[in-house]
Amino acid sequence: MIVVENIFKSFDGTPILEDISVTFEKGKTNLIIGRSGSGKTVLMKSIIGLHDINEGKILYDDRDFVTMTQKEKQDLRKEMGMLFQGSALFDSLTVEENIIFPLNMFTKLSQEEKTERANFCLKRVNLENVNHLYPAELSGGMKKRVAIARAIVQNPKYLFCDEPNSGLDPKTAIVIDNLISEITHEFDITTIVNTHDMNSVMEIGEKVIFLHNGLKCWEGSNNEILHSDDQYLNDFIFASNFAKKIRDMEK
Amino acid sequence: MRILSTFGNYILLMRRVFSKPEKVKVYYKQTLQEIENLGINSIGIVIIISVFMGAVITLQTRYNLENPLIPLYLIGLTARDSMLLEFSSTIVGLILAGKVGSNVASEIGHMRITEQIDALEIMGINSASYLILPKIIAAVLFNPFLTIISMFVGIAGGWLASVTTGALSSADYIMGIQYWFIPFYITYSEIKTIVFAFIITSVPAFFGYYVQGGALEVGKASTKGVVTSSILILLFNTILTQLLLA
Repeated sequence: MIVVENIFKSFDGTPILEDISVTFEKGKTNLIIGRSGSGKTVLMKSIIGLHDINEGKILYDDRDFVTMTQKEKQDLRKEMGMLFQGSALFDSLTVEENIIFPLNMFTKLSQEEKTERANFCLKRVNLENVNHLYPAELSGGMKKRVAIARAIVQNPKYLFCDEPNSGLDPKTAIVIDNLISEITHEFDITTIVNTHDMNSVMEIGEKVIFLHNGLKCWEGSNNEILHSDDQYLNDFIFASNFAKKIRDMEK
Repeated sequence: MRILSTFGNYILLMRRVFSKPEKVKVYYKQTLQEIENLGINSIGIVIIISVFMGAVITLQTRYNLENPLIPLYLIGLTARDSMLLEFSSTIVGLILAGKVGSNVASEIGHMRITEQIDALEIMGINSASYLILPKIIAAVLFNPFLTIISMFVGIAGGWLASVTTGALSSADYIMGIQYWFIPFYITYSEIKTIVFAFIITSVPAFFGYYVQGGALEVGKASTKGVVTSSILILLFNTILTQLLLA
């Protein structure tokens, strides 16, 4: 479980996040949604510690992340996995080398054990026989899946996904969403997904928070989101004609 | 004020770079890889530049030496000492600042904008140390060899130019390069090379590491890295010369 308490973050005096408090629950896919520039990525990067916050607390299972030393933060990060928007695979390494990279750094496993683990993770994300390909040889969806495999290779307690569906076609996006959800439940991980894709929200959003201009405007589940009376949230959800038509049909 | 802030950030980055590595074996492998990338792959350009530098120094000295009282073997001595004192360390350093510096800044800058550095941090890896330390160690270890190669090849280039153009006899040139040899010049040159090696890897790495934006900014960071390291090489060349030869 990750608890965020009253965090503030600004860049050069411009407030980006204001008084955000939220609990991200274990074994659930927690979604942060909002328009571009609403502060989703800054919130996620602040939780991970890639941005220092100005005020507030971030607790990883009651461990205060903000007051930790750099070394303690590095140790805690070994319990994290992250899927980046652009996958962030290392260009110069093959798929297998990318996946076993954290194992090379932090374990004493033999090469066979590492390969076995990489194959298990690749199989889990429905990819096989791609071990010796380089990231440049993979499609967007395959890159995301390899990135997920790398993120779970060390059995993380916390999984972060930044815009996992960006640049993917709707069908592949659903595959990736379901994969994230399945992995979350299977390994009982605290997962936080950053997205502005409403399909993802309806598909996997067990807990959803909505940000608008750096403020948390709404919190709930995917079952409740369509019935919210928050004006900003409704503007966000029903932004497209397609969504508006569905709402009108329901009415 | 901005220079001070940049310098402060550079020092902070170097503190992270020189912290204890997570796994020495991985860093060792990485260092060998960098020796190949930054050192062995630079041998070609160092040889080409040094041959021509040696040749040009020899020919220019010969054509400007009109006084018949000055013995011709001093041309060989001039070529040798120019290569040893200045060209093999400083000029080769400046050339490598361009080649290696732009390579380091653009590689690290690309990793920054594609979030690969963030990915390393999330894995609990000290990205500054993992990416920059092997490059510094590789350059500091290997560049002294490049300097030695440059010295030999440059002096040989001078000999080749003398013999092929008929500007100087082989015997005069060889006598000149043996005459009044001061071994400390090599030590002086190697000390400079080690300092320059540190500059041409750490400074562009700093600009690449903190790049923000896209491809355009990576290009700018690369240029800044090369220009700054070139200026620092010239500055430290003056300081070290005063310290070591005065």
